[in-house]
Amino acid sequence: MISLEHVSKSYTAGIPALNDVNMEIEDGEFVFIMGDSGSGKSTLIKILLKELEPSEGKVTVNNFNLARVRRRSIPKFRRNIGVVFQDFRLLKDRNIYDNVAFAMKVVGAPTREIKKKVPMMLSLVGLAAKYKSFPRQLSGGEQQRVAIARALVNEPKILLADEPTGNLDANNAWEIMRLLEEINRRGTTVLVVTHNTEIVNAMNKRVITIKKGVLVSDEKGDTYED
Amino acid sequence: MTKKVTLMRISTITYTIGQGIKNIWRNKMFSLASIATMSACIFMFGLFFSVVENFQAMVKEAESGVAITVLFDDGITDEQIEAIGEEISKRPEVSEYEYTSAEQAWEEFKADYFGDHQELAEGFADDNPLADSASYSIYMNDISMQSTLVSFLEDLDGVREVRKSEVAANTLSDFNKLIGYISAGIILILILVAIFLISNTVNTGIAVRKEEIAIMKLIGAGDMFVRGPFVIEGLLIGLIGAVIPLAILYVLYGKVIVYITEKFSLLGNLFNFLSVQEVFKTLIPVALVLGVGIGFVGSQITIRKHLKV
Repeated sequence: MISLEHVSKSYTAGIPALNDVNMEIEDGEFVFIMGDSGSGKSTLIKILLKELEPSEGKVTVNNFNLARVRRRSIPKFRRNIGVVFQDFRLLKDRNIYDNVAFAMKVVGAPTREIKKKVPMMLSLVGLAAKYKSFPRQLSGGEQQRVAIARALVNEPKILLADEPTGNLDANNAWEIMRLLEEINRRGTTVLVVTHNTEIVNAMNKRVITIKKGVLVSDEKGDTYED
Repeated sequence: MTKKVTLMRISTITYTIGQGIKNIWRNKMFSLASIATMSACIFMFGLFFSVVENFQAMVKEAESGVAITVLFDDGITDEQIEAIGEEISKRPEVSEYEYTSAEQAWEEFKADYFGDHQELAEGFADDNPLADSASYSIYMNDISMQSTLVSFLEDLDGVREVRKSEVAANTLSDFNKLIGYISAGIILILILVAIFLISNTVNTGIAVRKEEIAIMKLIGAGDMFVRGPFVIEGLLIGLIGAVIPLAILYVLYGKVIVYITEKFSLLGNLFNFLSVQEVFKTLIPVALVLGVGIGFVGSQITIRKHLKV
């Protein structure tokens, strides 16, 4: 579960990036967070990952009160959230098997388990046959699928996707969205930050819209009009 | 459960070491430059160390050759002489002392002075001209303590005179101190240069891999997991940078000693150089600890500066 209560974030000068934001996301939900660049989406994601501290308000993620998570416990906290980025952020010097395995090595998983689980995840995202390929040898859509496999391999409760289709053409974008939907069906809470109105309108999910740091709408099955 | 924990640790350790080696490889030019400079530093250190060790051995040898002579009052008894000997043996700065009786003194004198013409000394047969010259010769292990020992000896009952060589003692102990200061100074400079270099190399590694480190942290990698490879990188550069010059020095040392003894046989006669084994017995552990230590400190400095999670 994710909950924000009266969360604000101001940087040193100017308009606050987030202004008194309240939201509650239950386990197993699929939620779009919409907003133009500069709306405060990125700040919101950074707060959820405890990369940034909110100036005000209370943030709870997976029963962790983020204000109480100490610096040295941040890694442990982050292992509960799988993250996917617009630019994929794969390790370029390793093949995709090692990229996914890396996420498990980070948490100290035994080698035996890594060998079992990584192929499983790669076949879930449809890339089992390409496990020896390097990121540069894959298309954008394929790279994003590797990133999703990596985000999910440690079975996080929440998957946070920041503009996952931003660098992809329409076909690939739809494939990624279907994959995220499938993951959500298997029980993972999925949070997708995007400004792709076409996809959001077609998928009929809960949509939270942020404009200039303020939460302006939060409705189930909403469509987004600019 | 315990077994599982151990397994996890081993796989993490292998990962960390593997990544450390990869870091060095990815960063070839900088690693090479670091290792080269590190080697140069440790080589200089080793060179210096060998020379200082030999010098100190020379000084020690010279020191042990400087003796204090204790002469006794007239008509002293054997018991008194023995008591004085006992007092001397209790002093910590005394490495060795030996008693020369008046008869021995005369025999030695005769041998030196009359040489092959012992018959010339016959006239003195029953009347030892050196009757009062029984003495203790004292050799010290620390020449700088000479004046303390002399004043102690002069206060003893039955001692007539203490003969010593003030100039030799002072020169030797000053020389010893000078060598100590110079070596400490040079070693300090070398260590600082090497730390700076390694820290620079690790810094480049971190800069090149900023993105990768950011990814690791987002996935939830702990501090040790992110830092470990960089620490290993520093340690390995330090280790390699110590082993190479040690090997070169080992070969070189033997050759130089042979060369010097052959070319300057006079010097060789005057002084026995320390063997390779004698020098390296201390040099190997010291250089290895120095290399690894510098590598560790160098990488720690940079990591602390750049890897705040």
